[in-house]
Amino acid sequence: MPLTREEVLHIALLARLELDEEEIERYTWELNRILEHIEKLKELDIEGVEPTSHILPLSNVFREDEPTEPYPREDLLANAPDAVNGYFRVPRVVEES
Amino acid sequence: MVFQPVIGLEVHAELKTKSKVFCPCPVVWKAPPNTVTCPICMGFPGVLPVLNRKALELTLRTAIALNCHIHHQTIFERKNYYYPDLPKGYQISQKRIPIGFQGWLEIATASGRKKIRIHDVHLEEDTGKSVHGEEAGDPSASFIDYNRSGVPLCEIISEPDIHSVEELEQFMIKLRQLLLFLDVSECRMERGHLRFEASVSVRPQGTNTLGTRVEIKNLNSFRAVSGAVQAEIERQIALLKEGRSVQQQTMLWNEASKRTEPMRTKETAHDYRYFPEPDLVPVLISDEWLAQIRQTLPETADEKTLRFVRVYGLSEKEAELLTATPAVAHFFESAVRHFHDPKGIGNWMLGDLQGLLNESQKDWETCPVSPESLAQLVQLIDDQTISVRMAKEVLREMFATGRAPKTIVSEKGLVQIADQDYVRKVVIQVINNHPHAVADYLSGKDKLIGFFVGQVMKATGGKANPQLANRLVREALESRRTSS
Repeated sequence: MPLTREEVLHIALLARLELDEEEIERYTWELNRILEHIEKLKELDIEGVEPTSHILPLSNVFREDEPTEPYPREDLLANAPDAVNGYFRVPRVVEES
Repeated sequence: MVFQPVIGLEVHAELKTKSKVFCPCPVVWKAPPNTVTCPICMGFPGVLPVLNRKALELTLRTAIALNCHIHHQTIFERKNYYYPDLPKGYQISQKRIPIGFQGWLEIATASGRKKIRIHDVHLEEDTGKSVHGEEAGDPSASFIDYNRSGVPLCEIISEPDIHSVEELEQFMIKLRQLLLFLDVSECRMERGHLRFEASVSVRPQGTNTLGTRVEIKNLNSFRAVSGAVQAEIERQIALLKEGRSVQQQTMLWNEASKRTEPMRTKETAHDYRYFPEPDLVPVLISDEWLAQIRQTLPETADEKTLRFVRVYGLSEKEAELLTATPAVAHFFESAVRHFHDPKGIGNWMLGDLQGLLNESQKDWETCPVSPESLAQLVQLIDDQTISVRMAKEVLREMFATGRAPKTIVSEKGLVQIADQDYVRKVVIQVINNHPHAVADYLSGKDKLIGFFVGQVMKATGGKANPQLANRLVREALESRRTSS
């Protein structure tokens, strides 16, 4: 069942990507190739195999509840496209009521 | 047609940890914007979250206390959505394998006790905070502060077992009390430690099908939850009575207009695409670990109430009031350790001292009177050093100044006079000064006894022991009757 153009546009919206015509076509083709590969994997017999949530044989890796010094704010804001008074400034995200 | 509301509640409780859930940034209330952050809680590429053991244990404690089954192997998942206060583009949460599931919380209702089922209890990270538009002096922008990003939240989801606003309120009160006694959250509403989302539908009474569900988001106080749910129930019933239908949608509560309103959002599709968080390894919870948490579970409010009745001889009502929060229970028990008069201490706490707290909008944690001082005050009454009336005045002074009752009593010369010979002299004087009143009393006006006692109190500056004055006045007057 190939991925449709509409589904690609939906995924792009969720990721906030603006795609042009050429990209829509290319991603539709590429995503379908990836899904075909997944279809191929389905041929494997995985009867009795637990789903893998992590590839390393590790569990229970914890930190103790001990705070450390936070990062300097100017370093964290250094790469922000727009910062003011210690805040990140972004386009308004809530419509005016 | 009579309709029955069907209500489910999602509660986010901020856990009481010193550091965030996946990074060691401190959890601080009201720090300047973006000053308690790091590349992990700001979602920089390539960083690695590591789980805070305390946050996990507090969630386990909550799940156990809510009678949940526990998943012995649990994992975290990514909930993907795009919003500026969520810098990674996903929230680390739990979906398929929450820490606790299928529990219940018992509440008291008008028709007896009732179990509200808990769907699940899980652990997740909080998001950042946005300030919008004019609030920050720029109508075209939003301003983002990530101090709250990564603070641990325990999410508790009820089944839609709640059928009235009264039950809803009971559920919230009981849950908050449970979280407080478990010491897992400070539950300070004004700091957003408890946040709610309610789902509401209505159906004809007696049917079992579920109506169309409306979700109300961003409710930050009990009052907002009750108000919003009440308004939403009325709105839905009105629609159905007009023969119209309820639309499935997400609403917000407008406190000013007392109405629920559809949420305006530019987000068109909610498709969270959960998948296992590859940056965190699975958590295995052994039986030994669970047993250890069970053993160290603090006494619940209900257990404390029963113990207060049994050990201190309080009435059930008194015991309930004195175990309403850990702070009031702790105050009571500390005071009783200093002076063993549980009844007296309980009465003063629930009466005058509670009154003073209410007047000054303080609570038991910020009470200017220490448990030791209150115990001392009750002791002064019990050994008749001061009268109850004096004690009220002393308590007011203690509350205002934080000073010890003994200091106040001796400074003000408030010690009551319990010296029989002295008080008897005053009584004789008063009686001699009021021959008409004595004659009236003897002719049957019994109520005049109060007048004489009042005169004795006045003559002693209010310091005579009232019971003693009363007895001596009666004796003196009755002796006139027999001698005349």
